[in-house]
Amino acid sequence: MVDSVRIGVYVCHCGGNISNVVNISEVINAIRNVEGVVIVRDNEHVCSEAGQREIQEDIKRLNLNRVVIAACSPKFHGPTFMKLIEESGLNPYLFEMVNIREQDSWVHSNDPKGATIKAIDQIMAAIAKVKFNEPLQPKEVKIGNRVLVIGGGISGIQTALDLADSGCKVYLVEREPMIGGRMAQLSYTFPTDDCSLCILSPKMAAVYNHPNITLLTYSEVEDVSGSVGDFHVKVKVKPRYVDMDKCVACGICASKCPASAPDEFNYGLRTRRAIYVPHEMAVPYKYLIDSKSCLYFLKGICRVCERVCPQKAVNFNDSERILDLVVDAIVVATGYDPFDATKLKQYGYGVYKNVIIAPQLERMVMPVGPTGGKVVRLSDGQLAKKIAFIHCVGSRDEQIGRPGCSRVCCMYSIKQAMTLKRQDVTRDVHLFYIDIRAYGKGFEEYYSRAQDLGVKFIRGKVSEVIEDPVTNKLIVRAEDTLTGRFIEDEFDLVVLSVGLVPSHGSEDLAKKLKLNIGPDGFFLEAHPKYRPVDTLREGVFICGCAQGPKDIADSVAQASAAAGRVLRLISQGKILVEPIKAYVLGDLCNGCGICIDKCPLGAISMVDGKAIISDALCVGCGSCIPYCPQSAIELRHYTEKQILSQIEAALKSKSEGEIRVIAFFDDSCTYRAADLAGTSRLIYDDRVRVISVPSASRLTPRIILSAFKYGADGVFIGDCLPGASPYHPKVLDVINDVIRDVRIQMRKFRIDARRLKFDTIAVDMAERLVKDLEDLISIIERLGPLKVEERIRIKV
Amino acid sequence: MFKGLAQTVYELSGKNPYLCFQCGICSSSCPMIKDMDIPPHQVIRMIQLDVQEVLNCKTIWVCASCNTCTARCPRDVDPARIINVLRTIMQRKNVYPLDLRKVKGLDEFPQIALISASRKLTG
Repeated sequence: MVDSVRIGVYVCHCGGNISNVVNISEVINAIRNVEGVVIVRDNEHVCSEAGQREIQEDIKRLNLNRVVIAACSPKFHGPTFMKLIEESGLNPYLFEMVNIREQDSWVHSNDPKGATIKAIDQIMAAIAKVKFNEPLQPKEVKIGNRVLVIGGGISGIQTALDLADSGCKVYLVEREPMIGGRMAQLSYTFPTDDCSLCILSPKMAAVYNHPNITLLTYSEVEDVSGSVGDFHVKVKVKPRYVDMDKCVACGICASKCPASAPDEFNYGLRTRRAIYVPHEMAVPYKYLIDSKSCLYFLKGICRVCERVCPQKAVNFNDSERILDLVVDAIVVATGYDPFDATKLKQYGYGVYKNVIIAPQLERMVMPVGPTGGKVVRLSDGQLAKKIAFIHCVGSRDEQIGRPGCSRVCCMYSIKQAMTLKRQDVTRDVHLFYIDIRAYGKGFEEYYSRAQDLGVKFIRGKVSEVIEDPVTNKLIVRAEDTLTGRFIEDEFDLVVLSVGLVPSHGSEDLAKKLKLNIGPDGFFLEAHPKYRPVDTLREGVFICGCAQGPKDIADSVAQASAAAGRVLRLISQGKILVEPIKAYVLGDLCNGCGICIDKCPLGAISMVDGKAIISDALCVGCGSCIPYCPQSAIELRHYTEKQILSQIEAALKSKSEGEIRVIAFFDDSCTYRAADLAGTSRLIYDDRVRVISVPSASRLTPRIILSAFKYGADGVFIGDCLPGASPYHPKVLDVINDVIRDVRIQMRKFRIDARRLKFDTIAVDMAERLVKDLEDLISIIERLGPLKVEERIRIKV
Repeated sequence: MFKGLAQTVYELSGKNPYLCFQCGICSSSCPMIKDMDIPPHQVIRMIQLDVQEVLNCKTIWVCASCNTCTARCPRDVDPARIINVLRTIMQRKNVYPLDLRKVKGLDEFPQIALISASRKLTG
């Protein structure tokens, strides 16, 4: 390939933006005779129509097969030129763009000579790289309109309805026997005080009756394979032992059933029969048998329901079924579980009868609920007159590993306090809080209504709850932090405002879907701001409390957002998958398997003793590359050879005694920050040569040490802030591993480790980046350039 | 990293007093609270605000170092350790609340109580 390359190089004046600083004719003279370069041209505006036509004509007339354009930032006109080159019949990946405006003329306007040398070096580096560029084809994948929604709570319902209304074929999978999720268990909703089921029921009915929705209740996702446009999903449908088509929900079976079990829907506040319908408004409103409590399944006797059913709907021979679905996209809406308050022993939940969790109170205040709408002491059924709420149980607590705020507890506690007050205004309701977070629309007004009703707010976290064994009253100890007064008071009922934790089984599902989970245990979005419902896996989306704690309004907003993102994907009919992926050199791979655990996306598997990287799963971060002991993994478009030749060429002009720094910028954060330094006209040292990589995790120790060997006196590496990398938060760990390794080697070669600098840079941190580079240069000036004998010591 | 008292506390304890969000669970957990002039959470607050008078309060000598506050602190601020540091700061200035030579009836004290009291309250 290298022998036959015919490169065209185009240098832009940018109407003086570049040419007022950089000496263009000097640049052209320097590169005219470089091997492989067929033509060098300069143009006032390469991006202009005339400029573009010139390139197009050259490609045809001179048979060019590589193009280098030195102009503005590729973030600015990169797509324009790639399109131009593609239209000229050349593969757009046979093109390199050199940034001599934002990262040269604009930041080195104080030193035209240095800026000119930098421009030449950067163009030389691009020429060296482009020789090895290979034509790459984005893969085209056809996308149909079949969508799997996992979870039938309000988020899943909203997504399913939005998609089904838009004409998609939706499978809604719910593991419980009915849909509605946690919202169905709520009494009222803040800040409007609508009854929860009243606003949810119409949506549940719409799902049930929608011609485009296949509702699969009492079902779980067993296995997922394939990729966007072609996910193969195995769904396990658990046996209900009651034929859904025959059951008319007359309830005769349940009235005769002798076995009972705690009612999960009411958080164990009452019991239900072994054959039951989950609640009065359940959708589907069909009975089922719980095999864990049914006497026939436990002891082989009874079967009374079978005998009394007028529809002959009971079928004890029912068995588990596996459905095979093929879908184009998947939305995860698995919701949350209430925090397990038994973990906090000091509050006595599960020990003292009169300590309950807030979700139980939700059920209690319902007229159809387990206590008929009365809020009572569970120890004796007496009406509770004096009630304490303890906020932040299972939230904002490092001791139990849940440092985050659950976002809804303040508001639901206030709502419940008001409900209690409305039932009986003489009730004494105390809320022990740390901070009240009434951040939403209408929330602060709602909070002040509670204060108006006489709900007492006490700022202080409760230390412990102790039961008086005779009266079963509860003694609550707290500090009113605003007065510094110690409070010890007696209550009839203590309500724990428990936080939201990920739904049980989330981790398991994440493994099946190859999704990432954040430190809080919730599913991780692709980007916290711009891609809040996307995941790093193409075609898989998240919404609602699966992504993190949120209230109903936010869940619905996210659910519709997820539906919108799915529709965006579907409406294109096909997608192009970015071809920049990692791949394994089969000859070199010895099957050690180290890379398998290192890939944050789980894209690597072992086939016949060799690692294979799935193109569908790989996002192209290159995190696996530094760990491969055989150097058997490469990243397309950014191969080791390409980067090394870039470094070598960028340092060629260096003469003895001069100082050069190689700066590796990650393409998404640091490179953009460097562009911002340009647009902000910050000035920094022009002895920096920039090499951009998709993510710094792609850099191997060999590349970094080679920079020193080839003539760099310092190396800077920049990547995104923790958690901000578009690839994966774990790339930072990879970079740190590599840097640690390189520092050890530098010590071995007796090279001052301060010559290597790493920093995390956000897109807006241009000043920090400039300071980092200046700091590094000043350290190098103190240490002096690396001597030839020092470079010889480096072995890579 | 910090200034004034907070910096001294940070250097001596390795704990960051600014992490405290004033929930007050330390104070409500404290078995000695009734004998204190300033509740523990306010001690931390005064360190945050660099109020030097906190060093002269009774609380730091009343603290029994039972560590209940530390066990429950949701921000891992470790109030027991920080209060111990305040005592250390005073002891380095040769301020001791107790002169054992002037205490009468020492023989009647349980030995272990005497030893721990000496450790905490004397040079």
